[in-house]
Amino acid sequence: MNNNFMIIDGSPVPIEGEKNLLELIRKAGIEMPTFCYYSELSVYGACRMCMVENKWGGMEAACSTPPKAGMEIKTNTPRLRKYRKMILELLLANHCRDCTTCDKNGKCKLQELATRFDVHRVRFDNPKSEPLIDDSSLSITRDANKCILCGDCVRMCNEIQNVGAIDFAFRGSNMKVACAFNKPIAESNCVGCGQCAAVCPTAAIVIKDDAHLLWQQLNDNDTLAIAQVAPAVRVAVAKEFGYKGENVMGKITACLHRIGFDLVFDTATGADMTVMEEANEFLERLENGGPFPMFTSCCPAWVKYAENEYPELLPNISTCRSPMQMFAPVIHEQYKNCGKKVLSVAVMPCTAKKFEAARDEFKDENGKPYVDIVITTQELIKMIKQAGIVFEDIEPEAIDLPFGTMTGSGVIFGVTGGVMEAVIRRVSDDKSISALRNLAFEGVRGFGDIREFELPLKDRTLKVAAVNGLGNVAKIVERIKSGEHFDLIEVMACPNGCIGGAGQPFASTHEKHKRGENLYKADKLCTLKFSEENPLMKELYSGMLKGREHELLHVNYVK
Amino acid sequence: MQLRSRDALDEYIRLYSKEVDAQKKKVLICAGTGCVAGGSLGIYDRIISLVKEKGVDCVVELADEKNGSQLHEASIGVKRSGCHGFCEMGPLVRIEPGGFLYTKVKLEDCEEIVEKTVLGDEFIDRLAYKQNGVIYKQQEEIPFYKMQQRVVLEHCGHIDATSIKEYLAIGGYRAVEKALFDMKPQEILDEMVESNLRGRGGGGFPLGKKWVQVARQSEPVKYVVCNGDEGDPGAFMDRSIMEGDPHRLLEGMIIGGIATGAHDGYIYVRAEYPLAVSRLRNAIKEAEEAGLLGDNILGTDFCFKMHINRGAGAFVCGEGSALTASIEGKRGMPRVKPPRTVEKGLFEKPTVLNNVETFANVPQIILKGAKWYKSIGPENSPGTKAFALTGNINNTGLIEVPMGTTLREIIFDVGGGIRGGKQFKAVQIGGPSGGCLVTDDLDIKLDFDSLKKVGAMIGSGGLVVMDESSCMVEVARFFMNFTQNESCGKCVPCREGTKRMLEILERIVAGNGRDGDIELLLELADTITSTALCGLGKSAASPVVSTIKNFRSEYEAHIKDKKCPAGNCKKLVVYSIDPALCKGCSRCVKACPVGAISGEVRNPFVIDSSKCIKCGACFTSCHFKAVKEG
Repeated sequence: MNNNFMIIDGSPVPIEGEKNLLELIRKAGIEMPTFCYYSELSVYGACRMCMVENKWGGMEAACSTPPKAGMEIKTNTPRLRKYRKMILELLLANHCRDCTTCDKNGKCKLQELATRFDVHRVRFDNPKSEPLIDDSSLSITRDANKCILCGDCVRMCNEIQNVGAIDFAFRGSNMKVACAFNKPIAESNCVGCGQCAAVCPTAAIVIKDDAHLLWQQLNDNDTLAIAQVAPAVRVAVAKEFGYKGENVMGKITACLHRIGFDLVFDTATGADMTVMEEANEFLERLENGGPFPMFTSCCPAWVKYAENEYPELLPNISTCRSPMQMFAPVIHEQYKNCGKKVLSVAVMPCTAKKFEAARDEFKDENGKPYVDIVITTQELIKMIKQAGIVFEDIEPEAIDLPFGTMTGSGVIFGVTGGVMEAVIRRVSDDKSISALRNLAFEGVRGFGDIREFELPLKDRTLKVAAVNGLGNVAKIVERIKSGEHFDLIEVMACPNGCIGGAGQPFASTHEKHKRGENLYKADKLCTLKFSEENPLMKELYSGMLKGREHELLHVNYVK
Repeated sequence: MQLRSRDALDEYIRLYSKEVDAQKKKVLICAGTGCVAGGSLGIYDRIISLVKEKGVDCVVELADEKNGSQLHEASIGVKRSGCHGFCEMGPLVRIEPGGFLYTKVKLEDCEEIVEKTVLGDEFIDRLAYKQNGVIYKQQEEIPFYKMQQRVVLEHCGHIDATSIKEYLAIGGYRAVEKALFDMKPQEILDEMVESNLRGRGGGGFPLGKKWVQVARQSEPVKYVVCNGDEGDPGAFMDRSIMEGDPHRLLEGMIIGGIATGAHDGYIYVRAEYPLAVSRLRNAIKEAEEAGLLGDNILGTDFCFKMHINRGAGAFVCGEGSALTASIEGKRGMPRVKPPRTVEKGLFEKPTVLNNVETFANVPQIILKGAKWYKSIGPENSPGTKAFALTGNINNTGLIEVPMGTTLREIIFDVGGGIRGGKQFKAVQIGGPSGGCLVTDDLDIKLDFDSLKKVGAMIGSGGLVVMDESSCMVEVARFFMNFTQNESCGKCVPCREGTKRMLEILERIVAGNGRDGDIELLLELADTITSTALCGLGKSAASPVVSTIKNFRSEYEAHIKDKKCPAGNCKKLVVYSIDPALCKGCSRCVKACPVGAISGEVRNPFVIDSSKCIKCGACFTSCHFKAVKEG
């Protein structure tokens, strides 16, 4: 071993470019307690739980101390335990503690650490024993009295998403996370991406729960309950049941039937329609000279962000509806005369879909939303548990007819770069497997913030890019405004795409990447790779959709 | 006046000093915040008009001879000076030559002053400072001033604070001149390191070391930032310098720019100092017009621009990283370090950050040398220190003494002892971040290192003196209330911990203290001190810890006996009637606003303490000292 190591709890640990002690301690196999450290966010250093003791008895916050060769630290001393307990006690003293009835019960970081550090009593009076709710948003619910002011949501919203809907207001013990002018979140520039909820260690921000609404409407003989399930959902469910499966779409379908859905469809089918329409639109734009770049339109948080920040770019956004909103009118057309009340439900990895479903653009001839209820993956998991279904034991079932087929192109919509890859498959001249493979590894795939590459098409070379995380959109828009040319840009608001959606169960970056790989695996297993190969497309375009493509599958977002 | 060269500066310095010398009398009216509040600007106007009425040549602003004005011979100069420091006695008027100081001057005294002292040579005893029956004519003879050694405050009270010409007349900007023409940047750095000037903002970090660290950063853009966010309750050293000698501060910062290669300076002043802001703005404008700020200073290649930022009043913005965040327009919250300010400070660029008093020391060190500077005070803390003396002391105000002066000298010699002949009890040093020093500590030499040894800190220089009637639990509560209000709220121990410490202290002084409260306070203090993010948090518990250390029995008396030994905590006072002394006159019954006293006339009365609101009316009404307070 060279000299570049330090001593952690008596054992040497090599320093290999770690930015801070906390990363190094984790590498040494020690789980440091922290509320405010996320490797993808800036170091905030506010919770003071990750303090370590150096050999002179000095205290240092591991998250903000760079490792130095020869340094000796201890991570678990009597003093550190005392301080951590006191910090937890102070947090609990100022926190609504109705744990047993809390959304995050069992999943709350504060609860977990308080248990871990044996905090059995709180010696201070609690001024925040009742919840203080802001449920103005369709996507998230905030409870200020469960906030521990770790700032994770603020940094997520500002640094990664560049939205800036929330920030700190007031100071000292009056400090709180608030929107501008202390208004409800719905009146802010929040885009509903829900990433704040995804990083919140407590239940101060949770995704809006619509499961109870759904339960009320299921199992009614006069209702035809129809569910569509988004691609990213199938790779994020198994782990929550301790089940070692990768793509569990079959089991999800079975669970939804058991829960009370008459019909279960796959949003990947809707995605195939999106590929057809978006490819056509792109080719048309190439013929008519723009406007370029064409931005994808599948992500409702991105659309909302563009409406807020770049209204001048709205004409550049594809007029295609999102897969959910293409599929829903088709379902509506199919069953509107079935004699029953149709309940159209979408199971999504996304909190912004709840907002998208309520948009005026997506209502039928009677003014009723095409999608009645959107539940997230987390709510689906909860409902499966509530129904008492043993996930491990349930036998997989197939997607219902008549919309029972989908292609690999539709399935990869759930990962960043997927929409773009599917569209390129559709428009590219060479449809051989080797050409597809080249395409996949030339830049479309991967999890980098902005992945750009050149795509030869007929006699020209196109500049295309896939962007994930709204903060990266600003970067590419700056480049466009300074004159750089792009032909096609896929935007997904959430880091890593829909697999990292805020409606998904909490996952590390590594786990999110695993989900992406599993979607590519699912694509591999699909016999049909190209959307136009989906027999349903031919059927729909020659039948129900004939002459009505624009009415049912497109939308014009105007500010 | 445009100073395009070294010679031009020299020429104008000669010109203005000649003009000042030509003034037969100089009347300096204190225009510091305290005296202005006492009406000194009215006195200034009045004296000017009175002198003019008498037909005497009155000089308010020095003239540029070059512009055709005539040199005023045998004229009277009337000036708005900076703070003299003796705020207790304001408004102050000093008359030179002679160094006469008139105290508590009123508008109606002006006529007599002009008549007798300005136009004549007669001293008005009535307006002089008196102590123990002695009349002090000359300012320098007054004990308050006699013990002081003024280095950074040397011009405060002696020149017009609103005129660059007056500053030039006493050789102003000579230090910038020397730094630009006679020294290389490295030589400036060497001189500053050699001087061992330590930061006056509280930390005591050597200025030279800091400047060297900034100078060696390869990043081409650097900044010089002055911390003028003086927030300790009762402290006003920096304010006085900014108000009374703003050019000296500018000079110190320009030299910092020359030494480190920075071309922009930012002064962060709290908005509660409007006078300081306007004096600085005026000084910057004057310096820019004179070619002493801006492009090509004194005709050289060196450019330096000065900016002012007003702070919105958050104490935490005196912390370096919160201050730079605030200048950048962000929320004023300290950030984690590293990187340190010298590496990535303002706008992520290497930044020299010193406070006002520290910068104000720089010009003299450049002019007189490090050796001279080190001859003042102890070796490890050379120089002088300005203190704001407040509390139960005879002479409150602003003082400057050599480092190493003892507390006893400051309180009893400069400060004139405890007010009302009471006993000295303690002095809070270093404001809300400092600790208290007691009788045993009176002979400690005040410097950075010796105070650290006793668990106190020099801080920015606030000294609050307390006598026997001060309750130390209440003192701790006062400072904790301040810190709690001023916590930015970022880190848990400071945000939540100070709130809980305050809660406990509040219940103790209200008579609701519980067993174990002292231990809980110490446990919280230990956690906050060891784990808080910034200096404000780390030192937030100091007043509590040091009062518990020195006055634990007072805490215990509050908690266990529900008594305040100093008799200061109103809620703990119990009124009772001594039946042996009570004549049953019923005076107290009539005085009591809540009907808490009952009894029959000519028999001893009784106070029902459950009804008593502790207003003390019975106590003052009793003619027989039968009502007992305690």
